[in-house]
Amino acid sequence: MGAMRLIARTASVLMIGFGLAGLSGCEQKSGTGTGTGTGAAAPAGNATKAPSETASSGGTKAPGGSEAPKTDSAAAAPAAEGSADDIVIGHYASITGSEATFGISTDQGIQMAVAERNKAGGVKGRQIRLITHDNQGKPQETQTVVTRLIEGDKVVAVLGEVASSRSLAGAPICQRKGIPMITPSSTNEDVTAVGDMISRVCFIDPFQGLVGAKFCAETMKFKKGAALYNRAQAYSSGLKTVFVDSFKKLGGEVVAEEAFSDGDNDFSAQLTAIRVKNPEFIYVPGYYTEVVNIARQARKLGITCPLVGGDGWDSEELKNAGDALNNCYFSNHYSHEDTRPEVQEFVKKYQDQYKKVPDGLAALGYDAARLLFDAMERSPSLGGKDLAGAINSTKNFAGVTGNITIDANRNPTKDAVILEIVNGALKYKATIKP
Amino acid sequence: MTQFLQTLFDGVTVGCLYALIALGYTMVYGILKFINFAHSDVFALGVWLSITIASWLGIGATGQPTPAWYMGLLVLMGAMVICGLVGFTIERVAYKPLRKAPRLNVLITAIGVSLLLQNLGQQKFTFGPYPKSFPTLMESSSLFSVSGVQVRLSDVAVIGTAVVLMAALQYLIYHTKLGSAMRAVSFNTRNASLMGINVDRVISFTFIVGTMLAAAAGFLYGLKYEGQAKQTADSMWVMLGLKAFVAAVVGGIGNVRGAVLGGLLIGLIEFFGVAYLSSQYRDAYVFAILILVLLLKPEGVLGKATVEKV
Repeated sequence: MGAMRLIARTASVLMIGFGLAGLSGCEQKSGTGTGTGTGAAAPAGNATKAPSETASSGGTKAPGGSEAPKTDSAAAAPAAEGSADDIVIGHYASITGSEATFGISTDQGIQMAVAERNKAGGVKGRQIRLITHDNQGKPQETQTVVTRLIEGDKVVAVLGEVASSRSLAGAPICQRKGIPMITPSSTNEDVTAVGDMISRVCFIDPFQGLVGAKFCAETMKFKKGAALYNRAQAYSSGLKTVFVDSFKKLGGEVVAEEAFSDGDNDFSAQLTAIRVKNPEFIYVPGYYTEVVNIARQARKLGITCPLVGGDGWDSEELKNAGDALNNCYFSNHYSHEDTRPEVQEFVKKYQDQYKKVPDGLAALGYDAARLLFDAMERSPSLGGKDLAGAINSTKNFAGVTGNITIDANRNPTKDAVILEIVNGALKYKATIKP
Repeated sequence: MTQFLQTLFDGVTVGCLYALIALGYTMVYGILKFINFAHSDVFALGVWLSITIASWLGIGATGQPTPAWYMGLLVLMGAMVICGLVGFTIERVAYKPLRKAPRLNVLITAIGVSLLLQNLGQQKFTFGPYPKSFPTLMESSSLFSVSGVQVRLSDVAVIGTAVVLMAALQYLIYHTKLGSAMRAVSFNTRNASLMGINVDRVISFTFIVGTMLAAAAGFLYGLKYEGQAKQTADSMWVMLGLKAFVAAVVGGIGNVRGAVLGGLLIGLIEFFGVAYLSSQYRDAYVFAILILVLLLKPEGVLGKATVEKV
């Protein structure tokens, strides 16, 4: 056997193995995955101020110029250290990585809720302490940090993730350990199906897909659509399936369904295939970073039709698309233009603290944390079974994103809104009821 | 027909990028007989250096007017020089001490270097852990359009720059003294040193050239895609490097012309596969070709089979 042949073979096998290892996310930590401590034992006023304080003392510069939550417990102000009597809750989120604004916004929403609750006396007379761990947007890392929250930090409940594939990585651990988990914004149906410990405060994809389809077929009167989705993400492929089915049922025609994967950054082959079919819109149920790139490449190829998407688009980073996403639409959990007092009060408080308009993820993080505190207050104890029971029996909880009643499958039924991107700003377009 | 031509054009453009990266794999392999796993990270470094240098030069992201053409050249040169230095350092610090060690040791060291680069690249003091926008260096609208085929200026620049660089490399290897030294070292290291060739210098030089080509590929990648570049530890860089490596193997690892041919081949197969078969199996097409080549012609399309003397 030729030496070259042997070496080429060995090397290919090694390299592919290495690549796959990289894809499944088993690179080591980058050193940013430590906890956030939001003040609990601290005086109430101090606790409210804590996030902005830590941010200004050198927090990571987040995308879009806003300050990321501090994720380094060593550097956190001593005043923010908790006492043994605190109720500890955990949050796992993508504070860094391609979907960083998801984690950052959610964490800010949760921090706001924690600070408010502590100011008002906490839960059962005890203060609440939030510990946030960064999973870098990787499912593998998620399992590590969720285990760490439960085993190391001894949290009584877990909040997290935005991306469904990462919630699906964290949920089985919470279920096995008997720790209730509320996902603020994972919409894939399978997340709460993991077990009775897992619930959510957002609507689910079978509804969201229908909302998108109804909007395209009935509001926009589109007849011919195409879909471009990420086959590696449970959220994206699930939402696409529902959308395509619903759109067909409503009389529309789906002329092309093209897929991409997590590592892809070139969508031109798929977009070219879509372009020749001449659809009136393209449904892109993806996350904002890939949506930006898809939109820009689509416009470069001369595709002028609108793109339509789901709540994965919701990020201030969408502005990086420039004009490419002008007059495109996506379904979301709430609109900051909603005139309901709950919404306006939340938007104002958030803007005062973080100097930006809250996205849907911040609102859902805020709702999830408040719903958790409400359940804790009602629960006879903070043990996993009792607490999960209290969460699952939540009825008519008035949240920023609408009234939340947890049903038998631990999913709420809520309205969805359609937002239009007009010159970089999100404009309310329609509300679609279940 | 429109779809065919557009796919052909896009496939060739991406193939050029693969070819530039594959050249680095193949040159290092040709001389040191080991796969430089850190090469895909040097490519990612090239992308991020281009972003950083462009922002130093005040080339803004979306909204700013398009800068003069020589600004792009400046960014390209800057990225290539810095990456060349990084490549030189990597070789000196990580690989040179292992020159006499078994090849497996060097291979594992290369994985270590790769992880180091990935994680260093996304620290707060380097490029940060978030995706960033690549600044617009060139008018993104299409140059001209023939029966619906969009020919973008940026794509023409990608192909043009790649061709110029490959021609320069061809000249360097086959028409200069240093090039003959490289070929001699690749042929037989000990004999080359007996002929008075400074082997260490040739190896350093090879690394510098390989990493500079990767940096150029990184710059062209940014030029082509503009949009959001993902942080250095993202799996997309590994995947791109992997495909370029496959290109090097398919063309015949160690063979410079083979790397170019392999790059174009992989680019075209990937694009036509996605456009005409199914977009579900994008990466599978590339690796299926690898398996086929390893089964049918393990030395690669242009590679020469060597007989191992026992």
